[in-house]
Amino acid sequence: MRRRTFGLVTAALAASVAIGPGMGWAQEEKKVTIGVSIPAADHGWTAGVVYHAERVAKLLMEEHPGLNVIVKTSADPASQANAVQDLAVQGIDALVILPTDPDQLVSAIQQVKDDGKFVALVDRAPSVNDSSIRDLYVAGNNPALGEVAGKYIAATTPDAEVVVIRGLPIPIDQQRQDGFDKGIEGSNVKVLDRQYGNWNRDDAFRVMQDYLTKYPKIDVVWAQDDDMLVGVLEAIEQAGRSDIQYVVGGAGSKDMVKRVIDGDKLVPVDVLYPPAMIATAMQLTADGFYDQVPVSGEYILDATLVTKDNAEQFYFPDSPF
Amino acid sequence: MTTASTETAKPKTSRDWDLRAVAPFVALALLLVLGAIANENFISVTNLTNVITRSAFIAIIALGATYVISSGGLDLSVGSMVAFVASLMILFMNSGVISDPMLMLVTGMLVALAIGAACGLLNGLITTVGKIEPFIATLGTMGIYRGLTTWLSQGGAITLRDRELQQLYRPVYFGEVFGVPVPIIVIFVTAAIAAFVLYRTRYGRHLIAVGSNEDVARYSGISVNRVRTIAYVVQGLCVAVAVLLYVPRLGSTSATTGILWELQAITAVVVGGTALRGGVGRIWGTVCGAFILEIVGNIMLLSNFVSEYLIGAIQGAIIIIAMLVQRSLSRRS
Repeated sequence: MRRRTFGLVTAALAASVAIGPGMGWAQEEKKVTIGVSIPAADHGWTAGVVYHAERVAKLLMEEHPGLNVIVKTSADPASQANAVQDLAVQGIDALVILPTDPDQLVSAIQQVKDDGKFVALVDRAPSVNDSSIRDLYVAGNNPALGEVAGKYIAATTPDAEVVVIRGLPIPIDQQRQDGFDKGIEGSNVKVLDRQYGNWNRDDAFRVMQDYLTKYPKIDVVWAQDDDMLVGVLEAIEQAGRSDIQYVVGGAGSKDMVKRVIDGDKLVPVDVLYPPAMIATAMQLTADGFYDQVPVSGEYILDATLVTKDNAEQFYFPDSPF
Repeated sequence: MTTASTETAKPKTSRDWDLRAVAPFVALALLLVLGAIANENFISVTNLTNVITRSAFIAIIALGATYVISSGGLDLSVGSMVAFVASLMILFMNSGVISDPMLMLVTGMLVALAIGAACGLLNGLITTVGKIEPFIATLGTMGIYRGLTTWLSQGGAITLRDRELQQLYRPVYFGEVFGVPVPIIVIFVTAAIAAFVLYRTRYGRHLIAVGSNEDVARYSGISVNRVRTIAYVVQGLCVAVAVLLYVPRLGSTSATTGILWELQAITAVVVGGTALRGGVGRIWGTVCGAFILEIVGNIMLLSNFVSEYLIGAIQGAIIIIAMLVQRSLSRRS
């Protein structure tokens, strides 16, 4: 008798373990696979993309036990096209992609889209960017990155003489420059010079050193990128010049956000162009599947001005960027 | 053919040699004049020391490249090697295995030199023992060193964490001895050593012999592989010396450190008068070539008449003109 009870209890227990979760969660947890294709970490910003993609993939899978997120990194457009095909073969329900070069990847993305999968495109858009190729478009705001910096400089130091360090001669850089010009419009802010620093610390150091030689008085430096700002700050420190009131970068790297938090006089603000935008796209995609919220459309992140007051929420000490 | 004229002809030939070696310096002088016209600040002591200090990395790497190229080889991996050696050096100093900062710094420097030599040795062995064309072999190691750096840094930056160590190390780039920045002293000391070894030792003569004609050198009993391998090790050591100066500047490396430096180093060597086909090595010309490259960029930035979009084109044109000036000088004699 005793033994039978025991047997019954174990049987019941076993059954509840086996069926229970299935019964309890079966309706809410459907099986979904999201493929995430991103560029390999070849510089600070893409390193941040990889970090945030992996961080949020883990969070999402903990939140939704039925969800499987596969993150793939690729070094160039050709290998990324292969990676997208590999993901499609594995049977994904959605593709979240930050293309290395959007125009070269159009056909690979189109194929996934034509198979009826959900496609979320991040940051870099091909020439034709509409609902025929993707369902969701998440991006930072390049013109606003320039404009926010320009407006801040115009508001803080209306008569400033500014030197600008550009990135590389590509459209993103031009958008930022145009935005900056719009931001300082109507103020007395004067741009002394614009030169390319190639989004590289060493080149930015060189350009800044030459600016310091060329101009006896510089009020503000706009480098539009936190990586380049490292070289700029070093050049200023070496020259021992006290005329530079502050510098403005962009992107929101942990080192610069930390300086903002610490109240560094030379780095009072930063302008956000967050690599974490990949995570926004992943989160929205998952929400579309599990919470039945409409997510199709364009989602443009603000180029938020990071100040001492809000810096904490943009600080990721464990991120490589 | 007449022997009578040789006595008078001899000084002429030696002057001819001088003129060839002098050519890069003439080009440099012309550039200085051009710079002074472009912007009066150009000729200021601060600017010139800034520019020469900045050229230290390329100059020192190019000294090693002079060895490799005169031996008939080529090394495309130096830019990646800078990033790789610098990353490992910083990671070692971050590991905190030695608590005394001074001792740590010295050990870190020795570690960098050892890694640089090892990287050079690897390049040398692949080309000599592995018998792979230096262009392909070092193209391969270029990818390897770059990839390992990106992996070590996870694509981000590797930064020297210890503040005390950073402060201790900073003077190596920013410091001055009797008003002369340390990197400039390092350029000239390294160049003097390189010149001594190349022009005054048996190894130097063997190196040039191997570069001029491998077969003749082999029949003369020179171990060609050994000579070439050592040239790559010298290149590795030079890269390490450049790293010793590079790390204190920004205190960090990233995946983009040293990109395209190999091309700048090779350009400096060639502008300095060393032949790409091997057999001729001009140490002081190389140093001059590195100065020329950096000064061209500096003049572009300081002058107001060049659009930022055109800088690359003008830089290329100036380098070609500098080479033509050299060529015409050496032909005239």
